[in-house]
Amino acid sequence: MLAKRIIPCLDVRDGKVVKGVNFEGIKEVGDPVECAYEYNLQGADEIVFYDITASHEGRGLMLDVVRETAKKVFVPLTVGGGVKTVDDIRETLRAGADKVSVNSQAVKNPQLIKDGADIFGSQCICVGIDAKRCSENGWTVYINGGRIDMGIDLIDWVKQIEQLGAGEICLNSIDTDGVRGGFDLPMLKAVVNAVKIPVIASGGAGKLGDFAEAFLETDCSAALAASLFHFRELTVGEVKADCKSKGIPIR
Amino acid sequence: MIAVIDYGAGNIFSVKNALDFLGYDCRITGAADEIEKADAVILPGVGAFPWAMKKLGESGLVDTVKQQAKIKPFLGICLGMQLLFEKSYEFEECNGLGLISGYVDKIDAPDLVIPHMGWNKLEINRPCPLTDGLEDDTYVYFVHSYKAFCDDAALNAYCEYGGKVPALVSDGKFVYGAQFHPEKSGTAGLKMLKSFVSLISGVKEV
Repeated sequence: MLAKRIIPCLDVRDGKVVKGVNFEGIKEVGDPVECAYEYNLQGADEIVFYDITASHEGRGLMLDVVRETAKKVFVPLTVGGGVKTVDDIRETLRAGADKVSVNSQAVKNPQLIKDGADIFGSQCICVGIDAKRCSENGWTVYINGGRIDMGIDLIDWVKQIEQLGAGEICLNSIDTDGVRGGFDLPMLKAVVNAVKIPVIASGGAGKLGDFAEAFLETDCSAALAASLFHFRELTVGEVKADCKSKGIPIR
Repeated sequence: MIAVIDYGAGNIFSVKNALDFLGYDCRITGAADEIEKADAVILPGVGAFPWAMKKLGESGLVDTVKQQAKIKPFLGICLGMQLLFEKSYEFEECNGLGLISGYVDKIDAPDLVIPHMGWNKLEINRPCPLTDGLEDDTYVYFVHSYKAFCDDAALNAYCEYGGKVPALVSDGKFVYGAQFHPEKSGTAGLKMLKSFVSLISGVKEV
């Protein structure tokens, strides 16, 4: 049986791990290669690096981080943030990433999803989405780290990206991100029901039971968290043990 | 030396990273003479079957691969495993390397998430050197939308995903194929790569 995945995310700026709260008040917390290695020891099923640097130099440092991590961490690595072109995808995969997560640029230029999937295969194209509730049963898609509302309906968007060949969706709820009250279950349910590709829950994990809740209440494939793991409030191992004890298939 | 065949498909560096980590001499190469000199050969690959066969053909390596797979340990990974079979129906009917009898087709499971992506439990069907020393609850990392259909005789291990999905296959001699990524399957995957490499000494003793 396919196991549900627990994914720690490392937000990286200029080659250093940081974690913002609601995308602001960024604090530095360490060396990303060491953090990734530590997560690997804790039993992480996958590791995500999210590059929050806008600069060219920062991007180079990010790729160095991936290169070094790939030499000693043997679980899938995903890199997101600032991926704008097919060449960016190629460079990132060549550095040792298994998947690339495209976000803002996919909204501005959906063809990037199709080109990426056609050239490198759907399995390595993850589309990251920041979405926020706009009505009782609707959400819209945001770009630029949750700053700009594109007015695009979330469900229309996820169906479109599946059509374009995306292999996976990482769904971040702006409403629950940083609030630590649990994942956005209604949004998650709506997206999981709309597509056949795997969906990663992101944004809102604040306590041990939040992960199991997402798996028990929705058919999401994985759950991701950053600050909770960074600040060692919980280990990946503790989260996996909790899920396992509740009958969820876990590696 | 272990040759990792470079024919322009996929993340071959992960395989090299894992072999380097284990301390093996490994070379990424697209040259027939290097593949012939190698003690063992790994055929990696991600992407689509017809495209990969075309690339392999353009590299002029099809005959080399077929010959070498008969005389030294040979491991196909993910799409590289699928290429070992006779045929695939991904997009169009396309001939494979024909080193193991069977074919490749869509995972036909209307209720399941596709691609089959993530860690799934390995169920041993016929123990082989690559399954030696694995724990009962061994999970390995998969990412694919097509699967092999093969005889029980070739099936060393499978996982459950809308039916049996062949995970580890072999021809009973030198050829092995892993649908999962051993180089991305943590300690269990590294152990299997080690077991594969240790097949070299078996060949040399003969």
